[in-house]
Amino acid sequence: MMGATAKPAPSAAHSVLAALLEARTGQQIASHRAWRLDTELTPLLRARGLETLDELVAQFLSGHDGQVADRIVEALLNGETSFFRDAGTFDLIDQAIGGEGRVRLWSAGCATGQEPLSLAMMFAERPGSSAASMPEIVATDVSESALARARAGRYTQFEVQRGLPVRRLMHWFEGNDAEWTVSADLLRHVSYRRMNLVVDPAPAGQFDMVLCRNVLLYLAAPYKRTVFAKIAAALRPGGFLVLGAGETVIGQTGLFHPSARYRGLYERTAAPVERSRAA
Amino acid sequence: MKTCLVVDDSKVIRKVARHILETLEFTVSEAGDGREALDACMASPPDVILLDWNMPVMSGMDFLRALRESDVPTRPKVVFCTTENGMAYIRAAIEAGADEYVMKPFDRDTLESKLQIVGLA
Repeated sequence: MMGATAKPAPSAAHSVLAALLEARTGQQIASHRAWRLDTELTPLLRARGLETLDELVAQFLSGHDGQVADRIVEALLNGETSFFRDAGTFDLIDQAIGGEGRVRLWSAGCATGQEPLSLAMMFAERPGSSAASMPEIVATDVSESALARARAGRYTQFEVQRGLPVRRLMHWFEGNDAEWTVSADLLRHVSYRRMNLVVDPAPAGQFDMVLCRNVLLYLAAPYKRTVFAKIAAALRPGGFLVLGAGETVIGQTGLFHPSARYRGLYERTAAPVERSRAA
Repeated sequence: MKTCLVVDDSKVIRKVARHILETLEFTVSEAGDGREALDACMASPPDVILLDWNMPVMSGMDFLRALRESDVPTRPKVVFCTTENGMAYIRAAIEAGADEYVMKPFDRDTLESKLQIVGLA
């Protein structure tokens, strides 16, 4: 007999919605976390005058509204991020990336842009930094709405108070109360592009570092392998992969191994994978 | 255990801040204005002070100036926590010697983040 506190089994609607998310992005919602669907889709239900997920699924399956699937997927993507998230990681990146030559960085899964902007701030604040010494930062995400916010460089009061020291707020932002806008001088160092990590090709050229933090943990194993291969192919020899604080390559892929020089970063193990195969 | 003095003339704000700080494992004391806070600091300086701007008797800015000029044996970190959310206020607070700045309304994430930035969470 089911206990009073047991969560109900996922319904047919839950299964359809989870399958839609996985088909579009490779991201999975485990059955024990199916409650996320109810929570995250409540605003969409309200906006469309619907009461249940069954009604939303019916709209999707009817095929009459081409936008409903996009809206569902956007609502289910986890956009959790903050400036200088896991501050120690940024110290490590600062040590690992030298000042020689033009550095290229790829922020894969950048959400609303706090990660690439944190990188830009860190490099711009290096002693002797100039426009010529700034890295090229390419930032990608699967969510169009997150990228639209990132490109605008506008953040809420809550967002600029998470991880961002007040002196950096004073230096790099303008605004007050509800809305803060990042300096155009900083924003121009970040190039935002939409990219589905699982199915789209990586940004062109080779990178000195790829940050893919708290993204892979949502992907099923076959998709993870695809993404690891894509990142390995995009890294120049000697380049680094940065994962989230709770993530590792161990047991996930043979393409990377923990860096002996910079604990917490990962280096490529195997010979470069051909781009055409990785994509 | 780390100690925090919450300085605010609003009992509600002090209660909310106390609740959050205790979940972050701070020992919390309270003061309703800058004068009370200064007396508390002279008696036993905390690790960090969460400081409102507009208060009766002695404002947050007057308290900060007095604290920085005082012979309090240790230098507590000072985090302004106020509804004065414009850049001019922020700049004035930092120039007067504040270490961080929290714009009200705040939540647990904000407070924890700011305390981490000053090395206390």
